[in-house]
Amino acid sequence: MYSGAKRILAIAILAAVVISLCSGFFNRYYLGVAIDIGINIILAVSLNLIVGHTGQFSLGHAGFMAVGGYIAAKLTIVLHGACPPWAQPILFVAALITGGLAAAVAGFAVGVPTLQLRGDYLAIVTLGFGEIIRVIFQTSDTFGAATGLAGIPNWTNFGWAWGFAALTVFTVTCIVNSTYGRGFIAVNDDEIAASAIGINPVRYKVTAFVVGAFFAGIAGGLYAHHKQFLSPTSFDFLKSIDILVMVILGGMGRTAGVIIAAILLTILPEALRSVAEYRMILYSLLIIGIMLARPQGLFTFGKPSHTKV
Amino acid sequence: MSAPLLQLTNVTVRFGGLTAVSKLDFQLGTDELVGLIGPNGAGKTTLFNLVTGVYRPTEGEIIFDGQSIVGHRPHRITAHGIARTFQNIRLFGSMTVFDNVRAAFHLHVVSGIAHALRRGKVFREEETKIAAQVMEMLELFHLERFGDAPAKSLSYGDQRRLEIVRALATRPKLLLLDEPAAGMNASEKVELMKLIQFIKDKYKIAVLLVEHDMQVVMGICERIAVLDYGIKIAEGAPAEVRKNSKVIEAYLGEEKTIEPQRSRDAEP
Amino acid sequence: MVYGVLRFINFAHGDVFMLGAFAGYFLSPVVNRFLPAQSYLGGVIVLVLAMAICCVLGMLIEFLAYRPLRKRPRLTVLITAIGVSLFIEYTCQNRYVFGSAPREFPNLIPSATWRLGNLVIGSNQVIVFVVTILLLIILTFVVQRTKVGIAMRAVAFNEQAAALMGVNINSIISFTFGLGSALAGAGGILFAMNYASIDPLIGIQTGLKAFVAAVLGGIGNLPGAALGGVILGVVETIAGGIPGLSQYRDGIAYGILILILIVRPAGLLGKSQPEKV
Repeated sequence: MYSGAKRILAIAILAAVVISLCSGFFNRYYLGVAIDIGINIILAVSLNLIVGHTGQFSLGHAGFMAVGGYIAAKLTIVLHGACPPWAQPILFVAALITGGLAAAVAGFAVGVPTLQLRGDYLAIVTLGFGEIIRVIFQTSDTFGAATGLAGIPNWTNFGWAWGFAALTVFTVTCIVNSTYGRGFIAVNDDEIAASAIGINPVRYKVTAFVVGAFFAGIAGGLYAHHKQFLSPTSFDFLKSIDILVMVILGGMGRTAGVIIAAILLTILPEALRSVAEYRMILYSLLIIGIMLARPQGLFTFGKPSHTKV
Repeated sequence: MSAPLLQLTNVTVRFGGLTAVSKLDFQLGTDELVGLIGPNGAGKTTLFNLVTGVYRPTEGEIIFDGQSIVGHRPHRITAHGIARTFQNIRLFGSMTVFDNVRAAFHLHVVSGIAHALRRGKVFREEETKIAAQVMEMLELFHLERFGDAPAKSLSYGDQRRLEIVRALATRPKLLLLDEPAAGMNASEKVELMKLIQFIKDKYKIAVLLVEHDMQVVMGICERIAVLDYGIKIAEGAPAEVRKNSKVIEAYLGEEKTIEPQRSRDAEP
Repeated sequence: MVYGVLRFINFAHGDVFMLGAFAGYFLSPVVNRFLPAQSYLGGVIVLVLAMAICCVLGMLIEFLAYRPLRKRPRLTVLITAIGVSLFIEYTCQNRYVFGSAPREFPNLIPSATWRLGNLVIGSNQVIVFVVTILLLIILTFVVQRTKVGIAMRAVAFNEQAAALMGVNINSIISFTFGLGSALAGAGGILFAMNYASIDPLIGIQTGLKAFVAAVLGGIGNLPGAALGGVILGVVETIAGGIPGLSQYRDGIAYGILILILIVRPAGLLGKSQPEKV
């Protein structure tokens, strides 16, 4: 029952690497979109842990992405000159993980003060944190300030993006599908009842934020080494909303649905390039429409999802 | 009698200008079944909330199993060995019946995140063991056929039973039941009384019961304490309490014996 | 006010503010056809008309987007509000609507400046004070002394009980939205008079800061919101003048918000409401 997960992870990573090695055969544009999809899957699934499973409205996820992205990028920019080609993957992974850990610290910093807050308040405060992080990077010369950070080596490829995506899905799913992991959903459903059966809501909320932020940081690092340029506006409120819509569309708490939603919502703007002017108008109407018509997400059938929407 | 399992000494709690519980002394032995009654607003649920750490007493001491639990947070108090059910059923609505009980095994689980990720032998063995224990409990309480059903889909009586099973899964030494008979008909109440007796005998735990239904309270409790306006006005065996004039006055305002009443409707 | 009655953050409030400013922009030349340019009367007419337009818009938004979701959980309405906000912003940025380029806001009233020692005060700034105080007085009167106001406060306190007392919840909520939106529109005009250029995105930061001000003062508490607004404005302006701190100006509102919610969540003038177990 439980060993299957590790096997699937191994196969997924292997497949990602194989496809990556054959990437010469694929159209560069589509490959780029595929990498974007991988990154968005990481973002959506990591946010899903916080919002979908644990029920904490978090509107600042892009802030964690920013922390991971900037830290990882700065590290590689500074060190890659001194790094021999064979060691580049090691440096890359080290930079990504460092970015992820930095983001995890940010996640902790956000999770702890917001423990007592509910609903709307929590949403605004997390939004505020996201904005504060953005403002910090915007005013920091070390990170390029408003003009942005350029010269990031192009190290992200299909293998890395989808490999980490598989890892993220594996981690979140395995954590939640365990007796320990039921705690997240218990805290979401009824915090008082959860306390009454010995579940510490603080521990779970903070853990959700920390783990979610870690993976968002990794996604940020992958993003930085894909676009090769970072500016604070890449990580603004709209980006957080983008990710949140993926989680809601996917059904809040249903990992499979969230993954599909991430894929769809990455492809959609690309497909709508011809009507780019109207893209955001359509997007906002989509959000309103989903909420009015089918707030439980497009991919919810059968089994109940974890969060009441 | 050996040292009491639960002891409240001079406990008072005030909310602004309102004194919900005043100078309360109360104790409970390790295998007693005690009832707590009193008119609405007497402070019974407040007492539960004090014992489970939801409220902190303004004055007084609460000792459980030899240790003071004042100021401890609810989840920690559950870890000490106190479990409870709620007046308005608080099940985990989005989980299945099985998972509701499984979540309660969390306290006694060794595997944390690292184990969940590694999915090694320790993790797998523990999860299998827990699954078996959950099924065992569900079977014991006749809920096994609902295992995979959403908890919300159960009938009211079954939901109450599930909440009790979930509380028991934390392996408590003391079980607090908050109006378990609310909303039940006569035959369900008889089942409930048998259930509570069964639990006490099988698990050898103390039970403190808040209840409005006199049939249930007088039927199974060894001892009854009566609260009115936050003060304990009487305590003793059911037969004594039933005839106590202060108790009668508190409930009825005039002298009359308390007959076992018809079931009351559940609170809105 | 809207949060007090409806318990959700209307993200689109800032955009109604923006629409008020644009309403003024388009109304001003129309009014000037009948009245001499830059007259006080003209200015008042533009203000009142803009407020009326925003009032209607606000009620329309409530009816179309929020009313169907009255019974749903808070997150749903929150996301919808964000959707409405984005919709308004992007539609207005479209070149067939307003376009995203900033426009210069006309002078509505004759400009004059006065000197008080080292202080230079412009007529536009004085008008902000005057109109704000006037509107606050009117608002306080409506909320405290009229039947509608009592109904609003009742709904804010307990919707079910208010309904049982014969209050028409839908009407009151519409009215609250209308009133709030009218005030937002006024805010938009006053803002535009002092900052000269307007574009479809001016509502975002202002809307968020309005929420921060409301929380700072105590959500649901009108004098508190006013106090919060004053404090926030003063702090931001002072920070804007301190070198080294001025770049963080945008972050200050959020910083204050986080601080208040951690230290005193009920706000400066608010009361906390614990959950019943």
